Amino acid sequence: MLESLAPALAPAVVIVPLIGAAITLLLAKFRALQSMMSTLTLALSVGIALALLFAVDAGKTIVVSVGGWMPPFGIVLYVDRLSAIMLVISSVVLLAVLLYSMGQGIADGDRETPLSIFHPTYLILAAGLFDAFVAGDLFNMYVGFEMLLAASFVLLTLGGIGPRIRAGVNYVVISLVSSVFFLAAIAIIFGATGTVNIAQIAERVAELDFNTQLMLHTVLLVGFAVKAAVWPMSFWLPESYPTAPAPITAVFAGLLTKVGIYAIIRTETVLFPGGALQVPLLIVAGMTLIVGILGALAQADIKRLLSFTLVSHIGYMVFGIAVGTAQADAAVIYYVAHHILVQTTLFLVAGLIERVGGTTSITRLGGLLASAPVIAMLYFIPAMNLGGIPPLSGFLGKVSLFFSGAEVGGWLIWTVIGLGALTSLLTLYALARIWNMVFWRGAEEVADYESPLIDQLQEAEEDDGRVVTKEVPKLMIGATSVLVVATVSLTIFAGPLFDLADRASGQLDQTTYISNVFPDYSNAGQVGDD
Amino acid sequence: MNVSLSLIIAMAGLFGAGIYVMLERSLTRVLIGFLLVGNAVNILILLMSGGQGPAPILGDDPNAHTTDPLPQALILTAIVITLGTAAFLLALIYRNWWLSKLSDEVPSVDEDDLRDVEEVFETTSDDESAITMALEDSDDSGDS
Repeated sequence: MLESLAPALAPAVVIVPLIGAAITLLLAKFRALQSMMSTLTLALSVGIALALLFAVDAGKTIVVSVGGWMPPFGIVLYVDRLSAIMLVISSVVLLAVLLYSMGQGIADGDRETPLSIFHPTYLILAAGLFDAFVAGDLFNMYVGFEMLLAASFVLLTLGGIGPRIRAGVNYVVISLVSSVFFLAAIAIIFGATGTVNIAQIAERVAELDFNTQLMLHTVLLVGFAVKAAVWPMSFWLPESYPTAPAPITAVFAGLLTKVGIYAIIRTETVLFPGGALQVPLLIVAGMTLIVGILGALAQADIKRLLSFTLVSHIGYMVFGIAVGTAQADAAVIYYVAHHILVQTTLFLVAGLIERVGGTTSITRLGGLLASAPVIAMLYFIPAMNLGGIPPLSGFLGKVSLFFSGAEVGGWLIWTVIGLGALTSLLTLYALARIWNMVFWRGAEEVADYESPLIDQLQEAEEDDGRVVTKEVPKLMIGATSVLVVATVSLTIFAGPLFDLADRASGQLDQTTYISNVFPDYSNAGQVGDD
Repeated sequence: MNVSLSLIIAMAGLFGAGIYVMLERSLTRVLIGFLLVGNAVNILILLMSGGQGPAPILGDDPNAHTTDPLPQALILTAIVITLGTAAFLLALIYRNWWLSKLSDEVPSVDEDDLRDVEEVFETTSDDESAITMALEDSDDSGDS
């Protein structure tokens, strides 16, 4: 049953959210119906993604030629274990955040979401995301990127208030520049290889002159690195994410940067294997780690602090990709899953803190352990997880990354491992300081509190010092709890998940990819030769 | 692969001018820069499509050197995407201008004022009158 259905599921995962978006747009007048429809759509997406994962893990990678046009003439959708894992995680996160934002919307009388534009846009974001994960064609991947970017522009500037417009302008311009880079890279690759089909590029690129390869590789990586917020192209992120409403920041933080990481994984394993850019990638990984976390230490605003830790932890994944062994790739896949869940959860908790405490500045929050013990718990678990406390998944992911790096060795890798360990400690310090100030410190101590810990912190620019508390709906707590449970289950089921990640990384290599798209690989050179 | 020198010069000119204008502070210029760079990339794709030739739909001589249709499809898609993004940028610029015009008149526009403003804005179709109404509104709330 599943076997025969599976090829239809790959396009469905993109089409279902798009149809959902169209329907929710039509239902703009009926709020309740609209919410129900988008929940249903995303629940369906979770189902499809899970079915895809089972089908793919059972054996065969799904390759669909859209419209029956055989590759390399038509567009190919390619779902292997990595794609399926990304689909499952992202659809679960999208669903949880949708529930959270509905809780928030109901409590606030939907003032945050004018014109009912939130639901359709959110579903288009989902469709773009899924499309990027299943694309077997560089241009299709570009279209997926553009879909999710266009949707993210709208979501980031929801309501159109001053700070969001200002942050939005930054974000929009940076994203456009990175898209231009990506498109130019596609154009140049097309010029060099005569195709945009990933498998066929992979096949032909080896015949190119080494320097040409290096140039194509670099242009492509630069485009993706901006999206993934890799140093030195990361400074836009902490400027733009924190101003958006909490659930939207959470989705962006968890998922949008990971699309960039996913694309980098494909670039390094399928398009340009062999690690020609290993040294620059390692340097960039180390700098991402350390510059990001030093930025986080200087922030008083929780959302800004979390944005900086987000940038910093991208460095771990880039490190794993740069090491490039199958073991390292498996560790990266596990770490991506861990990071999507934990980072999203922390941003959602920041949204809860904002409602209870009225602000997200740790200099003015206090006593939340007594007044909101549930939120304290919801913060504590993912915070320790992100900081890498054993036995949580953050620890497991980092350790396996370090082990796979140590196996390869070399002074540069050891340096980055050292920086990674330092970053982990500093993350823990930054998050523990939030815990101390926001939860442990008594509410009555806040007024004239003096401590070297919070002496020189930088407040967010748009922070006007007002404290507006709101009640916290149960749906928001519930959705956050579900994600916290998911992060913990990453630890509990670490064994099977690592096995899955191993199997996923085992089929990442170029030969597998090409022979999946062109079953008669050895003859594939003649196909579409011009 | 033969490519036309004039197209290369046009592309380089568009890229250069586009990036130069994009670096300006004014948002409208950023938009213009984005459009120029977008067209420069389109020309780049065109340049990468190989030599010129008759349209691929004409004739059935298998040896005829027709142009590659794929880059043209890519360019069409890219143009559509650029158009959509430009429309959004225009809306963003307009909103930005609107907000800055408001805050010139009212030094402290806070979120609540803006919400009132939004309601006013939605109920009228004429922008000028919306702004006047909004300003009167926030003056009232500012004084009280």
